[in-house]
Amino acid sequence: MEVARFWRENQSRYNMQGKKCGACGIVYFPPRDLCPKCRRESIGKMEKLKLSGKGKIISYTVVHDGLPAFSMQVPYTMAIIELEEGPKITGQIVDVKPDEVKIGTEVEAVFRKLGQEGECGVIHYGYKFVPKE
Amino acid sequence: MTVGIVGYGGYVPKYRITPDNIGKVWGVDGAARGKGLGIQMKSIPSPDEDVITIAVSAARKAMKGCDVCPDDIGAIYVGSESHPYAVKPTATIVSEAIGAAPDLTAADYEFACKAGTAAIQTCMGLVLSDMVKYGMAIGADTSQGAPGDPLEYSASAGGAAFLIGKENMIAEINHTVSYTTDTPDFWRREGQMYPKHAGRFTGEPAYFKHINACSHKLFQAMGTKPDDYQHAIFHQPNGKFPLRIGKSMGFGPDQMKYGLLTPIIGNTYSGAVPLGLTNVLDHAAPGDRIFVMAYGSGAGSDGFDITVKDSIEDYRKGDWCSLDCSNQDLIYLDYANYAKFRGKIKMGGV
Ligand SMILES: [Zn+2]
Repeated sequence: MEVARFWRENQSRYNMQGKKCGACGIVYFPPRDLCPKCRRESIGKMEKLKLSGKGKIISYTVVHDGLPAFSMQVPYTMAIIELEEGPKITGQIVDVKPDEVKIGTEVEAVFRKLGQEGECGVIHYGYKFVPKE
Repeated sequence: MTVGIVGYGGYVPKYRITPDNIGKVWGVDGAARGKGLGIQMKSIPSPDEDVITIAVSAARKAMKGCDVCPDDIGAIYVGSESHPYAVKPTATIVSEAIGAAPDLTAADYEFACKAGTAAIQTCMGLVLSDMVKYGMAIGADTSQGAPGDPLEYSASAGGAAFLIGKENMIAEINHTVSYTTDTPDFWRREGQMYPKHAGRFTGEPAYFKHINACSHKLFQAMGTKPDDYQHAIFHQPNGKFPLRIGKSMGFGPDQMKYGLLTPIIGNTYSGAVPLGLTNVLDHAAPGDRIFVMAYGSGAGSDGFDITVKDSIEDYRKGDWCSLDCSNQDLIYLDYANYAKFRGKIKMGGV
């Protein structure tokens, strides 16, 4: 069941495909089929929008006791990132030491392995973030 | 032929280990080993990187640099000997991740270190025959040497992508030739984690013989000699072989300086010649001619004669991002962390 759930979300996870409400202009990521603000008014007006993947860190935490799948990566940094287009999302910050991460650091999305369903299972890919060069 | 490179991108992970740190663990003088191989350090993929993520990163850079709609890509081929899946193509995930799916053909290639150049040749054929408008060819690897094996000092990670087409070229591929024989110099059986190699057999009858034969074919076909090229790129399993074979043909160090990256990133296998070519394109001037000679164990060589076009200057003014793998943000690992990153430590139950 996991395979199907992940597969359905590949487009948004691989390419940061979001949706923009045609009525009020708010951008949603992950994509939503209905704007919670405009509700009925947004029906049929939710347009696909590929996000730039650029944003800045507004909050972060260093994880020392992570999920088993991340045991090779501890300590690692999880952050809330405010994307250029507006949405705030949670993502892992990679390729940088945890003590070099700061609030306000500009980041951009990269394509990484998110996890796998064991050694024999399917591998999941999607976005993480690195400090902008 | 009128076909060439429309966009390109290289990617090398940020992590590095030095030969000294590897040697320490095995009780040998690693620094001396590194010197013997002409390798100062090698790249290591992070635990969340593999050939798929490297191929996607390189392909996205290639697309970012040029003004081509992903829908116009009719073929994607990814050459590697370390595809994450034995069955399930890397190329499908790359296609989706650069927005080229679903109207295209895609497949994975394997030919030791020359699968990436074989992908370029395939794309050239499809473009020249008008079967596709653009084709994407990628060479990438995250190869491993068995712990303690001499290959452990060189086997690294990286890859490069080339968008091949007839329109908007920044470099024209004037010609390509190949030379292929059945030579068991290096192999890895299905299900085995590390490759085997036939020791000294890997030099003369393999690398040198095939590259010499293929180079001769290319010089003959084009009526050229080493002096006619500003840049030369040879397959680079270490930092020494390419200099030795280049010198024996009459190429000087200046012609090889941009195309030789193994001393600072290690041997990226299918990524090696492709990455060397991206670094040459980063530095080449309009009109420069490039001699490219890949080698893959098993064994075969692919050669290319390329001329850089004036449009490369505009390309560099755009959203182009250079390879710059000597940047200051590198993260150095010791052997213990390297072993952890590369899954060399077996943990029960995880
Ligand atoms: Zn709305």
